[in-house]
Amino acid sequence: MTSVGGVAGDVPATPPGRATPREPLLRRVGNVFRANEERGWRWSARVAVLLPLVALVFAVTVLALKAWPAIRVNGWYFLYGKNWTYGDSYGATVHTHGVAHAAGAQFGAWPIIAGTLQSSFIAIVVAVPLSIGAAFALTERMPAWISRPLGYAIEILAGIPSVVIGLWGLLTFGPWLAKNIYPALASIASDLPNVEPFNYFRQPVGTGEGLLTAGLVLGMMIIPIITSTTRELFIQVPTLPKEGGEALGMTNWEVANRITLPWVRSGIIGGTVLGLGRALGETIAVVLVGGASLRLAPNIYQPFGTIAATILSQLDGAQADGTGFAVATLAELALVLAVISVGVNLAARAIISRTSRSGGPVGSGA
Amino acid sequence: MTVNTSLAGGPSTRRRRVSSVGFRLFTYASLILIIAPAVWILLGVLFHALGHWRWDVLWTPLTAAGGGLRDQILGTLLLMAGVLILAGTIGVLAGIHLSEMAQLKKNGKPSGGLLRTASDILSGFPSIVLGYVGYAALVLYFHWGFSYLAAVIILSVMVVPYIAKTTENSLRQVPTGYREGAEALGMSMGYSLRKVVLKTALPGIVTGLLLALAIAGGETAPLIYTANFANKIPHSVTHASFPYLTYVVFSFYDSSQVSYHYLAYDAALILVVMVLLLLVASRIIVARTQRHAEGARTKTRPPRAPKPAAPDPDPAELVDLPFN
Repeated sequence: MTSVGGVAGDVPATPPGRATPREPLLRRVGNVFRANEERGWRWSARVAVLLPLVALVFAVTVLALKAWPAIRVNGWYFLYGKNWTYGDSYGATVHTHGVAHAAGAQFGAWPIIAGTLQSSFIAIVVAVPLSIGAAFALTERMPAWISRPLGYAIEILAGIPSVVIGLWGLLTFGPWLAKNIYPALASIASDLPNVEPFNYFRQPVGTGEGLLTAGLVLGMMIIPIITSTTRELFIQVPTLPKEGGEALGMTNWEVANRITLPWVRSGIIGGTVLGLGRALGETIAVVLVGGASLRLAPNIYQPFGTIAATILSQLDGAQADGTGFAVATLAELALVLAVISVGVNLAARAIISRTSRSGGPVGSGA
Repeated sequence: MTVNTSLAGGPSTRRRRVSSVGFRLFTYASLILIIAPAVWILLGVLFHALGHWRWDVLWTPLTAAGGGLRDQILGTLLLMAGVLILAGTIGVLAGIHLSEMAQLKKNGKPSGGLLRTASDILSGFPSIVLGYVGYAALVLYFHWGFSYLAAVIILSVMVVPYIAKTTENSLRQVPTGYREGAEALGMSMGYSLRKVVLKTALPGIVTGLLLALAIAGGETAPLIYTANFANKIPHSVTHASFPYLTYVVFSFYDSSQVSYHYLAYDAALILVVMVLLLLVASRIIVARTQRHAEGARTKTRPPRAPKPAAPDPDPAELVDLPFN
């Protein structure tokens, strides 16, 4: 959209001050402004659009520089080790690879990496079926006057600050679950054979501060993302194939399972992975509800930690380390988390662009 | 919609009927299971806070004995204002670039791919990671200390990709005919952008800004790393910890003082009301513009840049929930 004369074209290319010497000052200023308006928009927009890129490069650089000593000293132990101790902060300082750290300091992040994956897994397992079910209910089963307010309610759930959800999870929801739901779950599990996935659900159920509660709360927080994505997708499924299915005598379930869901499958996967990204990075609610432990949860009801929660909950502890090594280790944690969530985000995009190219969905998923 | 005869070789009529009814029950049950916690949270906060509500919480300062949340409320509003100015300017300009100028490269190639990817990656960064970057770079390395400035910059980095995306999307919905009409009338590109294009897209942009403010106001983790916490609003934008509401919710609930427990719930209520007001405002704007834009939206649009039509839309663009 190039400029074609008009307002801007009346102003000569020579400096306006010399070209129009008799004009009053205000108009001259206005002319200069008008002559340069397009250039101003262009340059300011160009600078602004570069800033996210600059911020990204800056953030990655800061993290990498800050984490580099920790990466060298912690080595691979950081990814598989299970022991997290700051060592003797007041004792002798030890040098490894030229990096100073407290004697006996050992940072194995496997329990919190595993905790991150576990809680996000629970969140996805809870959120995906509920979101798809609710999206069906909102789009297929209800008149607009009732589905619209319900849609707003889900939007409000998305808008509640995570710290408020965390407070509710800690003081209300967790204790309620530990009193009413978890004992029943544990007694069912104790009747099942004593093998790995089942005995993870056995007693003790604790106080409600732990892995399962955090997973459920995380699920609640990502449900609005998946529901609204799925709902938008369902609305875009054309009516004709669905009506055709009903005309052939298909039941509601068959229409949903064989026509609607295959039509939007890749979109649902994309929305789910977006939700997963949110669950992996959620901090404050997990700090409140999960118990901020540095060990693996002995069973699904017990306290655990995620990477994001540990970065926050260990800040005070890390600052006590005079060598600054513990703070560097937190940077390594942040780097790991950034790599995981950026990877998840890019994977979502890749999945969507790959699956959306494959041919017609009807029939292929039945 | 069940049929009475069983399909040859398929499941029996009875099973099909059961699965149909079961599916219907499942959809209703999942809707209830989603709405119920939202209602539970809102009512819980409301009852906990209203049980001992005092209006002077809004205008008395926080003291060691209790007091109110005046400076915390003001602090959250000031953070939002800072984000509005900094992230609003950058985000809207970036959105303008991506929508209006990215196709104008001299070699004719659509540019902005790298920039858009950078924006997407940045929006996928967990807020605590950005908070740590703010702590390491702004608080420690730049020697700003825990401060308002560091907090506003980090919150802005968080929401700029979101504002850029909503701005870009609402600019793309402005009919191309408007731009061509403006050009045909001899308007310069800058003038038509200001008077025609931005004016038309303004409601969408404002909605994006309001939701970005809701995100910024509800954040906790990056603020703990950049602003720390204070009882009073400081006189300096650097070298002074800054008060805000979310920290009160996060840390006052298990304080040894009972009056602080009340303040935690008061802060939660005030936060929820703030966010709800922002959501309602954005809803009203959307509803009003939809009513007015009906004529413009049904007009046939001449094709702009030839874009390959994707069968499935990108869910990242469908999600108009900002909170991801």
